[in-house]
Amino acid sequence: MSEPAVRVEGIGKRFGDTVALSGVGFSVEAGEMFGLIGPDGAGKTTLIRILTSLIDPDEGEARVLGYSVRTEPGRVRETIGYMPQRFSLYQDLSVAENLRFFADLFGVAAAERRRRTEELLAFSRLGDFVKRRAGALSGGMKQKLALSCALIHTPKLLVLDEPTTGVDPVSRHDFWEMLERLRSQGVTIVVSTPYMNEAALCRRMVLIHKGRILAAGNADEIAGLFPGTIYALFGGDLRSISTRLRPSVPAEFVRILGDRVHVIVLEDARGAIEALIDSMEREGLVARAAREVPPGIEDAFVTLMRNQ
Amino acid sequence: MMIDPVSGEDRPRSVTVREITRMFGDFAAVDRVSFDVGAGEIFGLLGANGAGKTTTIRMLIGLLRPTSGTGTVGGWDINTQFEQIKKSIGYMSQKFSLYNDLTVGENLQFFGGVYGLGSLEVAARIEELEEALELGAYLKRPTAALPLGFKQRLALGAAILHRPSILFLDEPTSGIDPIARRHFWALINELAAGGVTGIVTTHHMDEAEYCNRLCIMHGGKVVGLGSPAELRAEHRAGSIEDVFIRLVKGK
Repeated sequence: MSEPAVRVEGIGKRFGDTVALSGVGFSVEAGEMFGLIGPDGAGKTTLIRILTSLIDPDEGEARVLGYSVRTEPGRVRETIGYMPQRFSLYQDLSVAENLRFFADLFGVAAAERRRRTEELLAFSRLGDFVKRRAGALSGGMKQKLALSCALIHTPKLLVLDEPTTGVDPVSRHDFWEMLERLRSQGVTIVVSTPYMNEAALCRRMVLIHKGRILAAGNADEIAGLFPGTIYALFGGDLRSISTRLRPSVPAEFVRILGDRVHVIVLEDARGAIEALIDSMEREGLVARAAREVPPGIEDAFVTLMRNQ
Repeated sequence: MMIDPVSGEDRPRSVTVREITRMFGDFAAVDRVSFDVGAGEIFGLLGANGAGKTTTIRMLIGLLRPTSGTGTVGGWDINTQFEQIKKSIGYMSQKFSLYNDLTVGENLQFFGGVYGLGSLEVAARIEELEEALELGAYLKRPTAALPLGFKQRLALGAAILHRPSILFLDEPTSGIDPIARRHFWALINELAAGGVTGIVTTHHMDEAEYCNRLCIMHGGKVVGLGSPAELRAEHRAGSIEDVFIRLVKGK
């Protein structure tokens, strides 16, 4: 088997008394879309800054496209494309000037620069806006420009830190389509997000919480770690259904979702909760109960967090 | 009571808007928008940037007057009674409006002052919220040192100090961990059970799923209105995200 595009082993990082990362390890295969999934403060950005060689880990090692982030940081930086969380664009430069600037920064030769610029403008559909100042672009377009700048030197690995935070759903949808096109062209992508519903767009992922990996695998494998059953309860008074369930299950296991209540039932509580649901059905409080709602990544996350 | 064909909700109305339009020059940022929100309902307003969401919210909270159309918020007229509206609503944003250097208790006292509550009233209210929001252990801590999930609760506490009947929530749980998010929505549901109306604006479909009904805006108009389940069924979509993309991109 070929060497993975990214290999992370036993990474630890502290900031003063705060443990930002501890015992983090995973590999990303060449050509896959890999997700770092976790809430704000989980350690995603620290991990990305280690992968991009911007900070050194206290423990462990990471190799990116065969280069060590500790001993070959220059190699790492010139080989990868990196889109940080905050836009790195020059607001006063035009679209074309931003691309030119990043091309020069990465030492892209003139002929290659012209070819690549044309390619990226078509890819990002920014061709009509080459003369517009970056500062005057919409949020979605700025993000496409930032992505294009990160791709100017045709990297084999692209690292993106929460590219969709604060982006509206339409731009987000377009952006993920662009990432998928890059991936289909063979670019390896490592992307972080706090949004569990975006995890499904990654082939494999790690769930990160408080600097540790809670789970790793593809979406089905992670959903498979979910240790219980989800029931959907329908009825006219969802808040009363929730109130009745609450003494028997942790607060985060009950969700009132618009027109239904979802309740997570762990195996050891199954008998008691099913009896409770039956009695609510007899009373007419629950009009209908559906068992075995498929768990999502967030359901797995919630139960894994409890076990941590 | 008559079942209202627009809201489909058999409860007193907390917000009604009829054909509200807001022009900026020749541009209709909001174009003849109508909807009702029932008391105790959690109502989501979704839209891409530029869809007219923010302009609609500005008109509802008394910061902007409609060019035409009528509406009420908490029974007050959105064309004339701005001051009364401001007193009957609470507003919580993802971008916390809290003072990081103040303690949790000081932040609540500060907001009590802003809302014109007396010091005895504030003290009593803080005691209530301390219990309801489980903030007791943090009262004397600086806000900056709070875990994100607790900052969220404190921001909620500050927004409901003056017992508003309508609460505006702007991406309230974006980025917080899933357990804290679920606890937060449980709190919102408790408030709603007590009759408080929640108006949620968000880009995130995992927040939209918590709403009783959703209003999807595009190009200043309402393009979708219904419960998450109704919208999914109507557009034969697996998720609200898919409904949204279909409505907005015509896919």
